[in-house]
Amino acid sequence: MLRPRIIPCLLIKNNGLVKTTNFKNPKYVGDPINTVRIFNEKEVDELIILDIDATIKGREPDYNLIEQLASECQMPFCYGGGIKNSSQIKTIIGLGVEKVALSSCAIETPEILTEAAACVGNQSIVVVLDVKKRVRDNNYEVYTHNGQMATGKCPIELAKEMERLGAGEIVVNSIDNDGLMKGYDLTLVQKIREEINVPLTCLGGAGSLQDIGQLINMFGAIGAAAGSLFIFKGVYRAVLINYPNQVEKDKLIRKSHH
Amino acid sequence: MIGIIDYGLGNVKAFANVYKMLDIPAIIVTKPHELINVSRVIMPGVGAFDHAMKCLQDSGMREMLDEIVLRKQVPVLGICVGMQMLTNSSEEGVSPGLKWINGDVKKIDSSFNKSIYVPHMGWNDVKPLNNNDLFRGLSDDARFYFLHSYYVHCQRNEDVIAVTNYGVEFACAVNHENVFGVQFHPEKSHQYGIKLLKNFSEL
Repeated sequence: MLRPRIIPCLLIKNNGLVKTTNFKNPKYVGDPINTVRIFNEKEVDELIILDIDATIKGREPDYNLIEQLASECQMPFCYGGGIKNSSQIKTIIGLGVEKVALSSCAIETPEILTEAAACVGNQSIVVVLDVKKRVRDNNYEVYTHNGQMATGKCPIELAKEMERLGAGEIVVNSIDNDGLMKGYDLTLVQKIREEINVPLTCLGGAGSLQDIGQLINMFGAIGAAAGSLFIFKGVYRAVLINYPNQVEKDKLIRKSHH
Repeated sequence: MIGIIDYGLGNVKAFANVYKMLDIPAIIVTKPHELINVSRVIMPGVGAFDHAMKCLQDSGMREMLDEIVLRKQVPVLGICVGMQMLTNSSEEGVSPGLKWINGDVKKIDSSFNKSIYVPHMGWNDVKPLNNNDLFRGLSDDARFYFLHSYYVHCQRNEDVIAVTNYGVEFACAVNHENVFGVQFHPEKSHQYGIKLLKNFSEL
C-alpha cells in the first residue's frame, strides 16, 4: 500500500533555519545540517527545504548548501528557492536532489516546466502554490515572492495548467494558515484534489498529529507537510525537533482505513 | 571496492555516505579506467530515459561498463531510471537501453483507477520473491521510497525478484545473472535501504 507522506518543511534565511507566521516574522530555529541529521534519525518520509531569501533578493540558489544538504539527507529531498530556468533545475538535480520546487518562475514562465520535465522527468518537478483568500470576494488567489505579490490567478485553474505542462506534484501552501497551527484548509485541498491527477501535498496550518490524521482520513495517500508542528513544542513554541515514529504513523494511517 | 557511477545523474554522494557509514569501501567513478578495479557497480539514475542514456554515453564509460558487466560478470545494481536503462527500450523515449535485462519500460496506467496518481510517489511495500539474496534479512514490513512514472516489464518471469502494488502489480526489483535493478531508491529508504545496499555489497 502506498502510504501518505508526512513531510517536515524547513525554511532557510541567511543560512539559518527560520519559521514564519502568515509568511511574516521569521524566527530563527537552528542550523540546517544539524536539523537534517536529527530528521535522519527520526526516519522522516521526505523533507522540503525552501530558501525564502533567494527569489526576493534575485540571487542564484546556494549550490554549495544544496549539495551539502542533499548528501546529508537519508530521505528524499525537495529543494525550492531562487530557481529561474531549466539549466538551474538540471544543476540542482545533478547535485543529488530528488525534487525541485518552483513557484514564481513556473507562474511567470510556465514553459520552463515542459523544458525541465523533458530532461529530469516530471516526477522531479514540483510546483508550490502559495494561496490566500481574497478579502474582497472570498475567492482563493495565488501569491508569489513570499506572499508579497498577488498574481490574480485561481489556484485550481493554475494547478491544472501546471500539471498539463509537466509538473509531477503540486504543493498547496495556505498563507492564511501558515504558522497558526490550527489545521489545514481542507476546503482548498479538496477543490484541488478533485481537479488534478498528480500527487498533491498540503502545507500550512498543521498543529497536531490529529490535523494530519484528518487530512489522511479524507484524502488517503496525500502529502501532509508541516513546519511549526515538527519544530516547536508546547504553547511557548520552544524549539524542539520532533516527528512521529513508525508506530504513531501507522496508527494515523490505519485509522484512515476504517 | 564498490564503484558508484557518476555520469551526472542521481545521488552518488548519498550512496557513498551509506557505504562510508557501513565501513564498506566505495568510490565515485567518473572515468572508464577507474572501473578496472571495482568488484561491484552501482548505477544511479534520475530523469527521463533518453536524457539518462545520453548522459551515460557522453560520460565515456559505456564500453567499459559493457566489458566488466558482460565479460567479467561484475555485479551491477541499477537504481530507478538506472534500473530502467538495463532493459531493451522505454515508452518514455526512443533510445535503446543497455539490453542487460530482457524487458521493456512501460508507463504506469492510471486511467482505470481514480485513486492512482502518477508519478507513483512515496513509501510503498515491497514483496520479495524467490528468496533472492538482495532482500536477505529484510523484515515483512520493509518499505521503500518510490518516485517514478514508468516501470520495467520483464520478458522472463524468473527475472522478477520483488513486486510492488500500485494499481497494478509491477516488478520493483529484477535480477538476471550478475545484473540487478531496483525501481525504488534504497539510498533514501532509511534502515531498509541501508540493509539492501549492504546485501548488494555481500553478493
